[in-house]
Amino acid sequence: MSVVIILVFVAIAMAGGFLVAFIWSVKNGQYEDTYTPSVRILFDDLPVKENSDQKERKEEKGNGKPENEESRSNQL
Amino acid sequence: MKCVHCGNSCGKSPVIFGENPFCCSGCSTVYQILNASQLKQYYQIEPMPGIRIDDEKRPASETYAFLDLDKFKSQILTFSEGGISKVSFFIPTIHCASCIWLLENLHQLNAGIIQSFVNFPKKEINITFKDCEITLRQLVELLVSIHYIPEINQHSIEKPSGDKAEKRLFIKIGVAAFSFMNAMIYHFPQYLPGHQFLDADMKSLFGWLSVLLAIPVLIFSASDYFLTAWKSLKKKMISIDLPIALGLITLFTQSLAEILSGRGIGYIDSLTGLVFFMLIGRWYQGKTYQALSFERDYKTYFPLAVTKITEEGTTTIALEDLKAGDRILVRNQEIIPADSVLKSETANIDYSFVTGESMPVVKRAGDFVFAGGRQIGSAIELIIEKEVQQSYLTQLWNQAENPFTANDKLNTIVNRVSQYFTIVVVLIALTSGLFWYFNRPEIAVFAFTSVLIIACPCALALTVPFTFGSTMRQFGRRGFYLKNTAVIEHLQKVDTVVFDKTGTITNAQSSGIRFVGNELSSEQKLMIKSLAFHSSHPLSKTLYNSLEGDELLDVSDFQEIPSMGLSGKINGIRINMGSKYFVTGTKSDDENLKTEVWIFIDGSVAGYFQLENEYRDGLQNLIQKLGKSYELHLLTGDNEAERTNLIGYFGDEKRLHFNQSPTDKLEYVRNLQKRGKKVLMIGDGLNDAGALNESNVGIVIADNVFNFSPACDAILDSKRFASLDKYIGFTRQSMKIVYAGFGISFLYNLVGLSFAVQGNLSPIVAAILMPISSVSVVVFASFSVSLRAKVLKI
Repeated sequence: MSVVIILVFVAIAMAGGFLVAFIWSVKNGQYEDTYTPSVRILFDDLPVKENSDQKERKEEKGNGKPENEESRSNQL
Repeated sequence: MKCVHCGNSCGKSPVIFGENPFCCSGCSTVYQILNASQLKQYYQIEPMPGIRIDDEKRPASETYAFLDLDKFKSQILTFSEGGISKVSFFIPTIHCASCIWLLENLHQLNAGIIQSFVNFPKKEINITFKDCEITLRQLVELLVSIHYIPEINQHSIEKPSGDKAEKRLFIKIGVAAFSFMNAMIYHFPQYLPGHQFLDADMKSLFGWLSVLLAIPVLIFSASDYFLTAWKSLKKKMISIDLPIALGLITLFTQSLAEILSGRGIGYIDSLTGLVFFMLIGRWYQGKTYQALSFERDYKTYFPLAVTKITEEGTTTIALEDLKAGDRILVRNQEIIPADSVLKSETANIDYSFVTGESMPVVKRAGDFVFAGGRQIGSAIELIIEKEVQQSYLTQLWNQAENPFTANDKLNTIVNRVSQYFTIVVVLIALTSGLFWYFNRPEIAVFAFTSVLIIACPCALALTVPFTFGSTMRQFGRRGFYLKNTAVIEHLQKVDTVVFDKTGTITNAQSSGIRFVGNELSSEQKLMIKSLAFHSSHPLSKTLYNSLEGDELLDVSDFQEIPSMGLSGKINGIRINMGSKYFVTGTKSDDENLKTEVWIFIDGSVAGYFQLENEYRDGLQNLIQKLGKSYELHLLTGDNEAERTNLIGYFGDEKRLHFNQSPTDKLEYVRNLQKRGKKVLMIGDGLNDAGALNESNVGIVIADNVFNFSPACDAILDSKRFASLDKYIGFTRQSMKIVYAGFGISFLYNLVGLSFAVQGNLSPIVAAILMPISSVSVVVFASFSVSLRAKVLKI
């Protein structure tokens, strides 16, 4: 029967993992807007302009995100 | 031909840019901006997605000057550090996928914008930008230049904390679900045949694990039930939360006792399940229309800052710093922030939102000007008489809440039922406990707790959220938006309906036009139309839109005399149009209350155009239907010009009241309530705000539900005005469904109680009966609401 006990704890650990993931996703703001991402994903990428100005902007975009704010990675 | 940008008709003389037709230069300018930044995809995602802004509605170049002030910057920015700032704006005109696409590609328009995100349901945009490259003011002006005008006012600065409460509820549901699912797994073996052979260690392990799972549910997920039960007890009241809290505590202690003594595993699965279902009900009921605001007051309507004139020039100051005696400048389309005296020669003030009067009022130097009006035309100077807080209009809001409605709000159906329910349940528990005490003392305590456990009014508590929640969703799909589900209950009790006139039962914008005098030839009509085209006065616009004609004629020698009229020559023929005095030279007699535009053409006075209110479609029908079961009243700030027309609709002379000031309206509603009436007020503007607040239910009719509307309980899309009687009637159906739901949950309680009073309520009975009763009530409530809505075709 001891195997059942191991299974019970494995099961609760897994479910607990999902609970933590759920709480994280709520705090992360993933349920704040459940509509816009469904539209956003259908947009085509803009044609990339390969000039220096554009590159610079992109670099800063990566650095510019403050960590504590919700940073969403599913932008265009 | 339709405008490529906004889809409006281009008329006869479209603005052409790059072979594309536009209705106005404004639309064409936006197209050019987007074209230059390679953002033409905007027009491919959705056809003609743009927003049209009429020239006279366009904000003046100085309108956003106040955004340069640090005071406002710090209030508006949500984050600012190290040259990076974040801001979020409410933009009511966001409406389609193209809007999302364009607003999320703002960085193409200005390199200072790092990224922008749209929250479509909230109609909100969150922008991250670099302070050094673009200022807040420039950012707002950039949005305005592509016709997405953000709403910046007192209300948008004071951010509500609704989001946090919702997130907390989600987490509570998550925790309850986690515990519920796991507790079910531990309890399941005990319900199967042969459970008596289960290892004793295993049993106690399962028991203790479920107790562990129940603790976060009790302390965290169900905390609200205990808190509100305690609060209502302190007020010596019994709310629905009291029997729930009682049931939960008994469930837990009984389970703990069973596990401790090794007699069984307890009822933890039922306990966690109950909490989970009730929280789901709370979430379902708590749905709100995020982009709509029901709490707006004058602060939302007034600007944040005004332009003050000092000896050194003009400065921008915050509205709250405005003092009596200050000289201020009010530009085209700006709102007069406080009661003041006009300094400039003439002003043309549109009070349509405040008084309901659709035509602008002309004021002369020295005239007293009430706050809330909108200046139309060139900028004017004013001297402030009273501070903003003391203005006539703002005082309407500063009145204390009415005792009638405040009392009414606590007296909900659930609380009334639960009072009796709690008393009856406690009585049954005590009697069965006492009965067994004298017959079989060993099961007396168990019978007592069993009654409390099984009678836990979970199904009762779920009936109202799901019935009213579904009703609210059905209404929302049909253009009738409720502030919360409690409105349904109040609406159902209403017996008196009070209408406002202008903008509520009449169309706010369009008015009917009739020509009195000699018949005009089509050529003459065209001439009048051509002349009217050159003026931005609302009357000219109305005339221009109502007259037929194709090619506009050239006007020479055009003159517009403020508050008098227009004059011009077409093909050598002089045309004058305007007030009676201007055209005929004789003063108009005071008895004539209707708006008239007199016409002088071809050397003689031809007659005049008379403007009449145009009533909303379906008004006659609606009044007739409502009149059968409700007492109808009409209050209007307008004069008696429409009396005869209105009697035709309302029938009864006594209930029509003209020349009512906002305070009169408020008093009228208050008097009706003193006579014991439950009043539904239907209005549209700031002039009704006091009455809307005072009434039991206040409904605002809005042409665009996302635009400003005064504080109210519900917003009705004006296109659905004719169905109002069906909506009000449907609330009675919802109430019937609630009673039926109560009936079902009482039936379950009877079955459960029959086990409990006999002292043989086993965990398995509870584990089956309690979820079944909850689920069946939920299914019944939501299903029957949508079925009734379909059958009744609301």
